[in-house]
Amino acid sequence: MKKIATLQLVFTLLGGLVLLFIIAPLAGLFLSTTPNQIFNTAGEEEVTSSIWLTVITSISGTIVFAFAAIPLAWILARKQFPMKKLVIGVIDLPVVIPHSAAGIALLGFVSRDSLLGQAGSMVGLNFVGHPAGIAIAMAFVSIPYLINAARDGFAGVPERLEKAALTLGASPARVFFTITLPLAWRNIVSGLIMMFARGMSEFGAVIVIAYHPMVTPVLIYERFGAFGLKYARPVAVLFILISLALFIFLRSLSKEKEGNRQ
Amino acid sequence: MVHIQLNKISKKYAGFELKEISISVSENDYFILLGESGAGKSMILETIAGLVWPDGGEILFRGTNITQQKIQQRKVGIVFQDHAIFPHLKVFDNIAYPLRSRKCEGHTIREMVTKIATQMGIAGLLDRRPATLSGGELQRVALARSLVQQPEILLLDEPLASLDTGLKTEIRALLREIHKQGQTIIHVTHDYEEALALGTRIAVVNKGKIIQEGSPEEVFHHPTSSFVAHFIGIRNYFRVKIFSDTLGMKAITEEGLIIQLPEECVVSEGFVLIRGEDIILSDEPVSSSATNTFRGTITEILPTPRGIEVCVDTGTLFYALITHSSLNRMGLAEGGVVWIHFKATAARFIKI
Repeated sequence: MKKIATLQLVFTLLGGLVLLFIIAPLAGLFLSTTPNQIFNTAGEEEVTSSIWLTVITSISGTIVFAFAAIPLAWILARKQFPMKKLVIGVIDLPVVIPHSAAGIALLGFVSRDSLLGQAGSMVGLNFVGHPAGIAIAMAFVSIPYLINAARDGFAGVPERLEKAALTLGASPARVFFTITLPLAWRNIVSGLIMMFARGMSEFGAVIVIAYHPMVTPVLIYERFGAFGLKYARPVAVLFILISLALFIFLRSLSKEKEGNRQ
Repeated sequence: MVHIQLNKISKKYAGFELKEISISVSENDYFILLGESGAGKSMILETIAGLVWPDGGEILFRGTNITQQKIQQRKVGIVFQDHAIFPHLKVFDNIAYPLRSRKCEGHTIREMVTKIATQMGIAGLLDRRPATLSGGELQRVALARSLVQQPEILLLDEPLASLDTGLKTEIRALLREIHKQGQTIIHVTHDYEEALALGTRIAVVNKGKIIQEGSPEEVFHHPTSSFVAHFIGIRNYFRVKIFSDTLGMKAITEEGLIIQLPEECVVSEGFVLIRGEDIILSDEPVSSSATNTFRGTITEILPTPRGIEVCVDTGTLFYALITHSSLNRMGLAEGGVVWIHFKATAARFIKI
């Protein structure tokens, strides 16, 4: 018994240190910023427009790519095919490669010389330095979160329910939209939130594609580089607060839906 | 008239194999596929439903080949052991699901759902979420959901296996009622009591093969292989009516033999089962605690893998299972007279 108690004590201490490690810098950030500073920062046009830009590009990227990512997640959950393990590995690539490298890779992919870039310029769209390019960069680094969550969701839907629906005269499409998708929905929504969150906080890939218009993470970096810590802090605090508020709101929305279901 | 016919259906899938399955189900049959788990019974059902495509053979529906037909076009309803109720839909929407698949109109849907729910005794549950229902209620919802599309053939995959005894009797009665209304049913089970209580025809499945098919009488009284005999294990089964008198509950067989039953039976009709091992033979009348004693003539002595089977004709045929040494010691022979004894508690009653 005593041994276990000692072990527990050591683990609790170590765990506490980790928590402190996460909380302390954030707390320091907040404590060294006065409400007045935050209020003033929130009034700056440059700041508000960058926050809007960040939120909007991340949401758009998430929604647009979801249309292709969700079917892919379904295939990964339900079908067997050669080199499936390889495909699963490829999906996790954006998480493990340095994001600046991801940005460089993407730049080659969307620049004017590339196929996509040429297609874009035909409709007068230059991805580099454009919100669309930012959304692509955000989606690139954050899409694994959605695919993996959705894949878990689909895998958790009993195939027997799908079989039952087929015998009840439903077409495969109807089975997907009325049975599979609703039952995997909770995981998909949490994947969407994760993807959106990860996209908003992206810096490395975005700055390579578009320094301007400035998303908030780039703005924070620029203010730090040009004016120092003191000027970067209020923007950082404001951005963290807004992100937190958004996620709590989105989480509570999906929780409510879950409550209805029971 | 033949309703559905399987001709030499074969299929290999994930360790299971069906080997040239041929069965023929007539209109208004209550057809039982009886076999141990893993025998391939469920796969036969899924082949009929179209969930599994056979490698070879054909399925004829009223003479038309439907082997390649899409699932949605087959006029069958299937009920699974775990009922497969959609957890995110209310009971009403579950039952309405097949009607909506077929684009029925709103008021027709409401009418049909209400009608079938009333028949299944779940009209009061239509607004409930599946998570709040009991196992028996869920099984009724599953039956309603299949029956509302008025299937030509109702397929049941171990529909009673996950229910406790009380509910089993209840759902059995419901299935019998559905069958009485003219529904053709194919029912998969590993439980011979279920087969006996419900079936009008029985096919015994073992290792992906049909090894015997016939009426319950044929299958239970005249097993054609030791597997069937062993699997079923009951050759003494009698259709009876129950009555009570001053001495307790009694069963009368069709031949008029009266068997003393355990006290907990109720006045009704059904089957009495007695295991061959529970029957004691004696060469003269003896007084014992066994309340059932009959005099009879030995008509047959058969060695079986499980012992010696002695067939005694008391007006009703009984099969006693005894050891070799007992046979030698008693000097039993065909044509000899013996007394058979068994306790009231050795007689199992299955209500129908």
